[in-house]
Amino acid sequence: MRRLLSRFVLGAAAVALMAASASAEVTYTRGNDADPETLDQHKTSTISEANVLRDLYEGLVVYSSSAKVVPGVAESWETSDDGLTWTFHLRDDAKWSNGEPLTAEDFVFSYQRIINPETGAKYANILYPIKNAEAANSGKVPPEEIGVKALDEHTLQFTLENQTPYFLELLTHQTSLPVYPPAVKEFGTDFVQPENMVSNGAYTLQEFTPNSRIVLVKNKNFHDADNVSIDKVIYIPFEDRSACLRRFEAGEVQSCSDIPTEQMKYVKDTLGDEVHIVPYLGNYYYAVKADKEKLSDVRVRQALSMAIDREFIADEIWAGAMLPAYSLVPPGIGNYGEPAYADYKDMDPLDREDKAIELLEEAGYSKDNPLSVEIRYNTGENHQNTATAIADMWKNIGVKTTFVTADGATHYAYLRDKGDFDIARAGWIGDYSDPQNFLFLVESNNPGFNYANYDNPEYDALMEKAEETSDLDERAEVLKQAETIFMRDLPFIPILYYSSLSLVSDKLQGWEDNLVNVHGTRWMSLEQ
Amino acid sequence: MLSYVLRRLATAIPTLFVIITISFFLMRVAPGGPFNLERPLEAKVMENLNRIYHLNEPLWRQYLLYLSNLLHGDLGPSFVYRDFSVGDLFAAGLPVSIQLGASALTLALIIGTVLGSIAALKQNSTIDYLVVGVATFGITIPPFVIAPVLSLIFGVSLGWLPAGGWGNGALPNKILPIVTLALPQIAIVARLIRGAMIEALRSDHVRTVRAYGLPTRVVVMVHALRAAILPVVSYLGPAAAALLTGSIVVETIFGIPGVGRYFVQAALNRDYTLVMGTVVVVSIFVVVFNMIVDLVYAWLDPRVRYD
Amino acid sequence: MSITEEPITLDEPTISGRSLWQDALVRLRRNKAAMTSLFILVVMAVASLVGPLVWPHPYDRVYSEYVRVPASLEAYPHEERIVPEMERSLSRARVDVASVEVEGDKVRAEITDDDEVDPRITRYVDRSDLFSNAKIAETSADGRSAVLEADVARLYFIAGTDGNGRDLLARIFMAIRISLAIGLLATVVALMIGVAYGATAGYLGGRVDNVMMRLVDVLYSLPFIFFVILLVVFFGRNFVLMFIAVGAIEWLDMARIVRGQTLSLKRREFVEAAEALGVSNAGIVRRHIIPNVLGPVAVYMTLLVPKVILLESFLSFLGLGVQEPLTSLGVLISEGAKNMQGASWLLLYPSIALALILFSLNFIGDGLRDALDPKDR
Repeated sequence: MRRLLSRFVLGAAAVALMAASASAEVTYTRGNDADPETLDQHKTSTISEANVLRDLYEGLVVYSSSAKVVPGVAESWETSDDGLTWTFHLRDDAKWSNGEPLTAEDFVFSYQRIINPETGAKYANILYPIKNAEAANSGKVPPEEIGVKALDEHTLQFTLENQTPYFLELLTHQTSLPVYPPAVKEFGTDFVQPENMVSNGAYTLQEFTPNSRIVLVKNKNFHDADNVSIDKVIYIPFEDRSACLRRFEAGEVQSCSDIPTEQMKYVKDTLGDEVHIVPYLGNYYYAVKADKEKLSDVRVRQALSMAIDREFIADEIWAGAMLPAYSLVPPGIGNYGEPAYADYKDMDPLDREDKAIELLEEAGYSKDNPLSVEIRYNTGENHQNTATAIADMWKNIGVKTTFVTADGATHYAYLRDKGDFDIARAGWIGDYSDPQNFLFLVESNNPGFNYANYDNPEYDALMEKAEETSDLDERAEVLKQAETIFMRDLPFIPILYYSSLSLVSDKLQGWEDNLVNVHGTRWMSLEQ
Repeated sequence: MLSYVLRRLATAIPTLFVIITISFFLMRVAPGGPFNLERPLEAKVMENLNRIYHLNEPLWRQYLLYLSNLLHGDLGPSFVYRDFSVGDLFAAGLPVSIQLGASALTLALIIGTVLGSIAALKQNSTIDYLVVGVATFGITIPPFVIAPVLSLIFGVSLGWLPAGGWGNGALPNKILPIVTLALPQIAIVARLIRGAMIEALRSDHVRTVRAYGLPTRVVVMVHALRAAILPVVSYLGPAAAALLTGSIVVETIFGIPGVGRYFVQAALNRDYTLVMGTVVVVSIFVVVFNMIVDLVYAWLDPRVRYD
Repeated sequence: MSITEEPITLDEPTISGRSLWQDALVRLRRNKAAMTSLFILVVMAVASLVGPLVWPHPYDRVYSEYVRVPASLEAYPHEERIVPEMERSLSRARVDVASVEVEGDKVRAEITDDDEVDPRITRYVDRSDLFSNAKIAETSADGRSAVLEADVARLYFIAGTDGNGRDLLARIFMAIRISLAIGLLATVVALMIGVAYGATAGYLGGRVDNVMMRLVDVLYSLPFIFFVILLVVFFGRNFVLMFIAVGAIEWLDMARIVRGQTLSLKRREFVEAAEALGVSNAGIVRRHIIPNVLGPVAVYMTLLVPKVILLESFLSFLGLGVQEPLTSLGVLISEGAKNMQGASWLLLYPSIALALILFSLNFIGDGLRDALDPKDR
């Protein structure tokens, strides 16, 4: 309660301050998907948290405005020949927002904290490529034994378990952002409160009112502060996407992180260039219980996949907010070439239907003995319309479809607990730009993610081989072989690639569309 | 009177206990947990989280742990809003919700009473049908339609009021949410008053008062209304609870930091401690408010006795 | 205070020969607003039952070429869409299109191909929702060019189509059917339990009242969402369950209101008179209390119906309500609210249907109240 009170007092003081210097200040009101569950970078898991944390903190490397990995706290880095040791040289002028210098030790402290099982980090597993991280996170070795060492005040060294070609990408994730050790030691989990938080990014936290707003103000001690043009960022959570649209139209917010797809046509017509629809690292798919008798025949799964008119779903049901998907790995991903597309990608829908009917007949299904399947989906967004459209397409090849719906938590708990189903909706948004981050979903030793119970030793062997291959081109080739097998066996039927949807005001400069949908406020400016 | 209040409060404690117990187990039997997300968690990570939140212990121990914390006034940490305790969340949100709800209810009572009385006095006239029609309209259109329409008209098209946001409780930000919350309540109050007023106006004691030659205004204001307000008073209990728990739509559409959303979101997120928090808050609210309603009732109508 | 009017209820069964209910019916018939409303309601109910049989579009038919088309009294397709759609269909069939002409309800397309034109290409045209009866009218000597003719299918979507390309009016018919059933049945269930419970608690008073009303408090405070989720988990999706779920909570408010009224009624002279005459508790509740609380009950009932109809869409969200492709007004309206800015007809027409139902119910409710009012005889 006292904490809360002080937060309000602080807010009131801020309002007073703001009134005094209102004329000069540039304020950017930014729509966010939802409230952060936490501003503790070590406990985060959501994209809306990443957006705020990216403005508060700076990692060793950061995404530029076009989502290129560029130096952050680290000025330069080198890799050993075997690719297992990475050494980072920190910049001399790196400081915390209270003016204290930022050292390599601070990073060591941070990594040990996130990997400590007592922290309860939801995304700790993303750092498992670091030596001993997995063991430490399971409590088998103390956190001090993970492969992160400070060689001196400005040099940080990582030792990895395996070759990890996407290691730099990993370091841009919010889990790699440093915490200020004295604040954590003094305040414990309360170090995230505005009055306690010390950060090292372009902004510092001024106010966090749940379900209302998060206010960040410019950090004067940030090494690149001279180039940060926006003085204040107000993040507003929008659970209702239409609410953001209305406030955008009213000029109350300068960007929205999502667009109501139902109203896409209206939005495009009225807002024109301010609508940004950009390919994204995500896949919307239907998992098929591959070890279930009626679905174990590959021909059945192929037929179901072929009969789906993805262009219709993408263009009409989702009003262009998604892209038709013919592969698991989205195109444009790093460390990969073209994905292994399904061979019927360019076939005409009617021909595909004929082929699908043929395959079903071969598998023993016909008009007299029709296949019936059940689609499970979680309610919300367009899942219902999508399922309805797909059922209609399957009707054309003689497949009967019924639905089971549930709220999100029930749905995912059911999938996780290996409940019985035929076909279930799911989606995956990549954590980093690498095909491994998609293809690992159906490895047989990954029960939590492999809803299909897919178990193919050949596939697993290829994934293992990729892990050990250091040459990037060769690795891409191996992964592509794995994806080809995936597309042949179809444990998941890919349906759509996600797009990131944003509304960006014309007044906001420096918002560059990119595949990972990352837009640090420090790169932007706002015309008043 | 005092002994009645004390007796009521004494029965409140076992009531709360029953509510908390049933809710706790009801909630935990439901499938899914706070960490079943669209993006599944790594098994080891899940294990760590379950241990930290005592979810790996037997259910009865978790229940006892919760009860003992509750007795110390600790509602526990939220599973989903991990920077806040459940107490923090309610401390921040309840004042906002109560303020909005009370304003809406007051507005509804005043306007609804006036409209209902007018309709009753002019029974079966055009005005009467107009009031009944408008009232029906108010109940028919759900808040999830009214709220965006109001926001579009007054926020986006006309630009008179903010299209959304709380603005730290500034008056312009509150107008649309209060109106949205009040509209259906106005409709109900007006209809209840109209019905009861028609009866009251015909009752002997109002007739008698009229026969004494008191002016109609006094008759209506003092005597008839006193009788007519009774069904409204018994409706106030449910209405107040509905304004507290049912404001999620208004909160999400206008972006208001109240507690209404927790009643739905906490359940959907399986944020166990927050769910229990909502249960505790709502049950206290229900128990206390119903007692107040009963007392007001006895005060308005001397025939009512609780013994 | 006098006791002139109330005791009438005491002797009514014997002399007049007309029961309370018969009497009420007569008076209800005289109420024009109520009878008009009843008529409208019956018409809507009949339309929802017969409509799907005569209306050309089934409620679950997907017209993939007509997704979210606005409500219009004119037939679809609009003229400017015919030629491009024909070209698109033929390009799918991989033939070259030389020309496309529209004459009234017919389309003619001249086509050429590298090989002989395959007559089966007509199915590419027929598949489109815009055309029917496609046939090859003429074929050139070498078979490489031909003329394809097809009828333009004229379709009417007078209430527009939804996000899947289904006719909205057909869906509204279906929705009225389901929502009326849910709204009325669940309300009646809530009404009966609530009135009986509330009247009993209020009349008996004292300790019984206290216990009964605390039970209401308990049920009121339980997290409803989990109750619904558990119902789905243990019993699956089932229409009957929905009534249980809705009925289980909606009677609570009703009980509270009825109890409040009863508390003041039981000290009234006519109740005391009945007590003095030795009428049983059950008899007093049934004959004297319940008829006298029907006023607020009728009002509250008209409020309950929309609540129940809209609550159903939330139950659907949790997996308990109606299942696609079936639909309800609650589902249609919440879907329509999301489309408010782009496709207003999706909100407008289901809302009109709901408003009509509710207005009718309101006037019927008021009529019933007046008809049943014991003081009005």
